[in-house]
Amino acid sequence: MPAQQSNFKRFVEVGRVVLIKSGPSEGRIAVIAEIIDHNRAIIDGPTTGVPRQSFPYRHMTLTPLVLTKLPRAAGSGVIRKQLEKEATVERWNKSAWAQKRAAIEKRRSLNDFERFCVMLAKKSRRDVVRKTLAKAKASA
Amino acid sequence: MARSKELVPGVGRLSRSQVFARRGLYKGLKKSDAPIAAEVATTKEVQVGGEKNGGKRLVPTSKAPRFYPAEDVRKPKKSRKSPKPAKLRSSISPGTVLILLAGRFAGKRVVFLKQLASGLLLVTGPYKTNGVPLRRVNQAYVIATSAKLDLGDFKVDEKINDAYFAKPATKGTSSAEAEFFSEGKPKPKEAYPESKAADQKAADAAVIAAIKKTESLNKYLKASWGLSKGQFPHQMTF
Repeated sequence: MPAQQSNFKRFVEVGRVVLIKSGPSEGRIAVIAEIIDHNRAIIDGPTTGVPRQSFPYRHMTLTPLVLTKLPRAAGSGVIRKQLEKEATVERWNKSAWAQKRAAIEKRRSLNDFERFCVMLAKKSRRDVVRKTLAKAKASA
Repeated sequence: MARSKELVPGVGRLSRSQVFARRGLYKGLKKSDAPIAAEVATTKEVQVGGEKNGGKRLVPTSKAPRFYPAEDVRKPKKSRKSPKPAKLRSSISPGTVLILLAGRFAGKRVVFLKQLASGLLLVTGPYKTNGVPLRRVNQAYVIATSAKLDLGDFKVDEKINDAYFAKPATKGTSSAEAEFFSEGKPKPKEAYPESKAADQKAADAAVIAAIKKTESLNKYLKASWGLSKGQFPHQMTF
């Protein structure tokens, strides 16, 4: 961390939880274990199925989550312990970001009939909202 | 006939295969189906003079040519290939809901019944649900969805085959006038044959029963399909 207070909130640092944007582990989260250079870091996700590997920053996104005081170049076992202790994966899954991603993926995987059923459900919800609103307006 | 103009002596403008293509000999000679001529006698009896010649002799009516043709006449190559009916896509089976992409009913969702001998798919709306009658469609113009009706052991009547859909052979009317008018008035519209309406009903009965088992499936089949902004069929799951 720089000595001077920065406006940035997320930094590339040991212990930073990142979302992987490409490759076989796309969409999973991992932890930065060691910074190699200004292009790559060693990432590891023992609980999310991401193998320990060097990975370019271009293909990951920093999340607000950090493992507190993770030592440099910690092994998979240490990272796993700390991930479980801090319940990082659960916190990630609860975040709006992860839930939005899950929802998008769910929508994409629907087949034609299921998409149609979603359309019907949205329609009926709109209808209920519209009617209650009209009622509330009339009484007010 | 020199199609291949010489560029320099001995070198033609066209290659061997280009000359071959242009000469068009592979097409063979033009054939026409002339009516078979009545058999003409190939020989005739001729009186021959001389004692030892037997008096009579059979002589061909037309003399054999004195020379054989110097060049062979090319015969067109017979094709031994014949089109096979299209293989049914693995995603299509009886009861599968299909989306029609072309033709009069493009955008409609229909139910697949069976593949006909010609390879075309027999589908039905059902007619009562979305107005699509029993109909043949090419599977190339169809999206197979993963929605499927459970038709049980329902079998389509055997009489509904490719011939069933053939147009009745009618003699072409002499004029457009005669086609649309009779006695100065527009011809009344011919009623849809009752037997076909009955066939439609019989085929649809099982399908409609299967549709009722799933909620909002009837609405689904009634609605037509389309793409909105940002939707690309190759990126979607059906």
